[in-house]
Amino acid sequence: MNAMSNLIEKMTRVLTELRQPGKGSSMLVGVLLATTLAMSAANLLLPADSAFYVSTYTITLMGKYLCFAMLAMAVDIIWGYCGILSLGHGAFFALGGYGMGMYLMRQIGDRGVYGNPDLPDFMVFLNWQELPWYWFGMDQFWFAVLMALAIPGLLAFVFGWLAFRSRVTGVYLSIMTQALTYALMLAFFRNEMGFGGNNGLTDFKDILGFDLQADATRVALLLVTTLLLVIAFITSRAIVQSRLGRVIVAVRDAEARARFLGYRTERYKVWLFVYSALIAAVAGMLYVPQVGIINPGEFSPLNSIEVVVWVAVGGRGTLYGAIVGALLVNYAKTRFTAIMPDGWLFALGALFVIVTVYLPQGLAGLLQRFGRSESVQAARREEDAGSDSGISTREVNA
Amino acid sequence: MSNLNQFAGQARELLRRDTTWPFLVPRQRSPDVSKQVILYLEGLNVSFDGFKALNDLNLYVNDGELRCLIGANGAGKTTLMDVITGKTRCDSGSAWFGQNIDLLAHDEAEIAQLGIGRKFQKPTVFEAHTVFHNLELSLQGSKGVWSALTASLTSIESDRIDEVLKIIGLQNARFQLAGALSHGQKQWLEIGMLLAAQPRLLLIDEPVAGMTAEEAERTAELLTSLAGKHTVIVVEHDMEFVRSIARTVTVLHQGSVLAEGTMDQVQNNPDVIEVYLGEEA
Ligand SMILES: Nc1ncnc2c1ncn2[C@@H]1O[C@H](COP(=O)(O)OP(=O)(O)OP(=O)(O)O)[C@@H](O)[C@H]1O
Ligand SMILES: [Mg+2]
Repeated sequence: MNAMSNLIEKMTRVLTELRQPGKGSSMLVGVLLATTLAMSAANLLLPADSAFYVSTYTITLMGKYLCFAMLAMAVDIIWGYCGILSLGHGAFFALGGYGMGMYLMRQIGDRGVYGNPDLPDFMVFLNWQELPWYWFGMDQFWFAVLMALAIPGLLAFVFGWLAFRSRVTGVYLSIMTQALTYALMLAFFRNEMGFGGNNGLTDFKDILGFDLQADATRVALLLVTTLLLVIAFITSRAIVQSRLGRVIVAVRDAEARARFLGYRTERYKVWLFVYSALIAAVAGMLYVPQVGIINPGEFSPLNSIEVVVWVAVGGRGTLYGAIVGALLVNYAKTRFTAIMPDGWLFALGALFVIVTVYLPQGLAGLLQRFGRSESVQAARREEDAGSDSGISTREVNA
Repeated sequence: MSNLNQFAGQARELLRRDTTWPFLVPRQRSPDVSKQVILYLEGLNVSFDGFKALNDLNLYVNDGELRCLIGANGAGKTTLMDVITGKTRCDSGSAWFGQNIDLLAHDEAEIAQLGIGRKFQKPTVFEAHTVFHNLELSLQGSKGVWSALTASLTSIESDRIDEVLKIIGLQNARFQLAGALSHGQKQWLEIGMLLAAQPRLLLIDEPVAGMTAEEAERTAELLTSLAGKHTVIVVEHDMEFVRSIARTVTVLHQGSVLAEGTMDQVQNNPDVIEVYLGEEA
């Protein structure tokens, strides 16, 4: 009995720790790093018949989940902290992915089916004679990365500038973001666009000279993804904990009040939107070499909505909630689609309804509820200390 | 040749080390009150779908004055504040802050930075932040994105916050979430947020709505103590409260000024008795 209550107490303490912004976050970072490092070691060092061997398939799956986690975090930054519900973040993810895909396409060189050293296969197939101007330079890794960041960033800036300056908010803004990603999807489906049309970009061979099929490359990609996720997480945490972060929450809760205090709220929104789009683009860039394909389906409005569900499940406005939510829901999706491929959308819908009704704060909110008894006590203690409150005017007169 | 010399002279003038470039010098931002008047509103008209919320309104407020605005529901009091703070564009008329600043040429954020603070009719504070952080966000200073990212609290700023906390009597609620405050405390916090910005002109819309008699009394003390240092315009329905703080009262009716004077003068004005006080009797 005693041991039991001890255990419960310990559990609550861990949960409370996790709840505090600083500590819980470092714990998450630690767990992420430890897990991926252990998985990588198990893949590279253990023989394939060992009980602890981690298959390369699992490594890649994990890398993919972590890319989704980064995308979810990008959505959480603007939705959870600034109240901008973007249903089009898949667009920035896909644009980042296409940037990386173009680089990987150029890396194929003359190893394609048609053996053309300059033109990717689909261009040869379309009878194009030369590379379109926007493909120039994409054979350079640094240039491709730059473009994969600059294009989504610029798009986010222009979109945000137009939308926030005209004070579009709420449902209208969400619909506009859906329209944005839908329009891009239709555009990328067209063969004349020069991005491979329906089939997208695929059949990649290597990245920076390393074979994409090799175990070591896969492991390296997973580790890079983890590292960038951690960096993005720590940067974002620093931002939301700065005065900037407090202004952003203020804009979410009472935009007019913030404006009448002298803040140009639309500028805050635009820059936060751009930052968030850049993180989504990085996620997309990391995603493509690991899954080996990018096609217009990534722009599908449904994808962007799914991201919102991940964030809602994990709990918005916490950053770590988004990461945990993305990992859990995607794991569930992998498991579920293996059993019932057609049922996933229904399951996702049901999940969203359940979370909205019973867990409005998501899993992170559940953690907070566990730790609440303590915080209520703390608040009460503070209240006792401050029983006399009122206005004193002497200081003003003096 | 002489042209060239002239050009070189101009260029040398521009590159002088001991002067700042003219476009880098911050513009004169404080209102010129040499005529004692800080707010000039002339011939203001605002209509919403044909309904005239403000109708040829003229109002002058002296520097350091405490002015009460009264008027029935829908008289246009809040609309007037909306025009002054740049929220609502007026159809015609002029609004000057001092003799030198045209308020109609600025937007909400700029007007706030010029030193006009506004309390909303419905108390609005940042509920997810602590009282302390509410005041921190309200401090005077740069409100740009980059400076917010790199900002750290200076000792001058934290002293100012302490000072304001003392004025509004919320020292002990410093680390409480603003959302957990009582209605009256939220009203005070919002006034404190205005004070933290050290404004010249305070527009206060219905400060004692929902307050107990005792809280209202303290609010009255606070507002009277602010006059002199700041110019304060208070909108209030509570006649008891207005009587306790008022020096000059302006009565609005259907978007224009009906009467102006001391409380007694206004209450004995036949027009006012007819259209405003008469309604209550
Ligand atoms: N945005 C708007 N659109 C249409 N009508 C408006 C708008 N804002 C105010 N009005 C109308 O203008 C009139 C004046 O409103 P205002 O809010 O200024 O009144 P008020 O004097 O502040 O009243 P109260 O004492 O109830 O606060 C009202 O009839 C109101 O319905
Ligand atoms: Mg009003």
